[in-house]
Amino acid sequence: MTSPLELQGGDEIARTIRRLAHEIVESNGGTDELLLVGLLTRGVPLAKRLAAAIETFEGAVLPVGRLDIGLYRDDLTRREPPPPVRPSDIPSDIDNATVVLVDDVLYTGRSIRAALDAIMDFGRPARVRLAVLVDRGHRELPIRPDFVGRNIPTAPSQAVEVRLAEVDGEDAVYLMEGGERHGQR
Amino acid sequence: MASAEPVAERAEETKASEPETPPPAPAWARKDLVDTDVLSSAEMDLILETAEAMTEVRARPMSRVATLRGTTVVTLFYEQSTRTRASFELAAKALGADVVNIASSSSSVEKGESLIDTVRTLEAIGADLLVLRHPSSGAATLASRHTGASVINAGDGMHAHPTQALLDLYTMRRHLDDLRGAKVVIVGDILHSRVARSNIWALRAAGARVVLCGPATLLPRSFSDALESEPCETSTDLDGAIADADVVMALRIQRERQEQGFLPSLREYVQRYQVTEERLATAQPGVLVMHPGPMNEGIEVAPDVVRGLRSVVEEQVANGVAVRMAILYLLATARPR
Repeated sequence: MTSPLELQGGDEIARTIRRLAHEIVESNGGTDELLLVGLLTRGVPLAKRLAAAIETFEGAVLPVGRLDIGLYRDDLTRREPPPPVRPSDIPSDIDNATVVLVDDVLYTGRSIRAALDAIMDFGRPARVRLAVLVDRGHRELPIRPDFVGRNIPTAPSQAVEVRLAEVDGEDAVYLMEGGERHGQR
Repeated sequence: MASAEPVAERAEETKASEPETPPPAPAWARKDLVDTDVLSSAEMDLILETAEAMTEVRARPMSRVATLRGTTVVTLFYEQSTRTRASFELAAKALGADVVNIASSSSSVEKGESLIDTVRTLEAIGADLLVLRHPSSGAATLASRHTGASVINAGDGMHAHPTQALLDLYTMRRHLDDLRGAKVVIVGDILHSRVARSNIWALRAAGARVVLCGPATLLPRSFSDALESEPCETSTDLDGAIADADVVMALRIQRERQEQGFLPSLREYVQRYQVTEERLATAQPGVLVMHPGPMNEGIEVAPDVVRGLRSVVEEQVANGVAVRMAILYLLATARPR
């Protein structure tokens, strides 16, 4: 594996989050009934940053949830070891809410398929949107994002790794050669 | 690309109040769960953390997932049971598994089929996980050696009852910040209790201080070779043992022990070993009172204590489903395909 190539640094990620926050509020026509739900692990700090950005320019404090998709994966019998399952936390009623799922990298779409199944077990949202920091292509399911930080064309042999300060101690997006670091993406 | 400096600054600014990433958990690699004595504390932590997630699933509006769709769980019970069997069945169904329940009284066991043949037959018809309760110590180990199905010991003779111990541990962890150094008094028929045995291993791995209490006839002098170098504290005096206790766990007294000469009389047992409000006065203020069930009304624990604020007996039963979901999930996902 060659050394990773840094595609984005902290400043760019911060700008991207501000733009995504504006797009989410614009598309929703305000902040009413909005609920941000981050996919564990890195979707959660991203959702919190989006909510913080929305609060600074709209003044509204949005509920932020977290969703674990471990029990909904379609590769449990193929993948080893299975990732630890963690509790989800959906802080408010999702019936009739506009749920924005937030994840770091969109790849095959299988994680989002699992997240859709998971969120429906909490109720019936009015609509579900998808916000991702990076779309690297190679979809295997008919899923598309509504809000995209950056499109990064990749080869399947490559991997995109988003690192966030809350989890990894730094903010950066890396392109790596030599296969899938995160497995299902 | 940004320089390193602003990145470092941002890391300070956005430092999360709670860590998003748990410490790396070990992967589950065991085929069977026969007892707690072989589990590392990391493996127990993985079970208990997975149980936290299962507790959250059970609280959802739609509390059933399809994770184990296509997996067949067979419960094979050679002894009567209400809560353990029902708990396993609910746990398996909550994960979307198919469940087949077999009681020995209504099966070919009555016709003389051996345990090994029964287990092989169940594997042949597609059992992936086998939940076994049997009156003979060692039955679960024997069964696990003769089948590719994953065997979960739901109680074997006087040997082990690991899922009970793990749900007890889970219940304690939800109330006590740290089990390290916590004083856990187990009172009753220690000698014949598989619950006590499995709890001792689990509690010791968690760092708790275990005190075994009961009449001398029901108190083993040493628990096994493994414990001889570091035996549990024992006491025949509950009033003394209960002082500063964080947890008091009463075990079921089997009435036939009186006929066998282990107990002078139930009345004397109640006088000396019943867990009462009066006795709990010297325990820690937040002491938890536990009982694995089924309980003899008015024998092991005074009725006002069972229904009192310190009792977590019903919580133990409820937690049992989440803990068994975690165990079924971990064993199922570790199975080779």
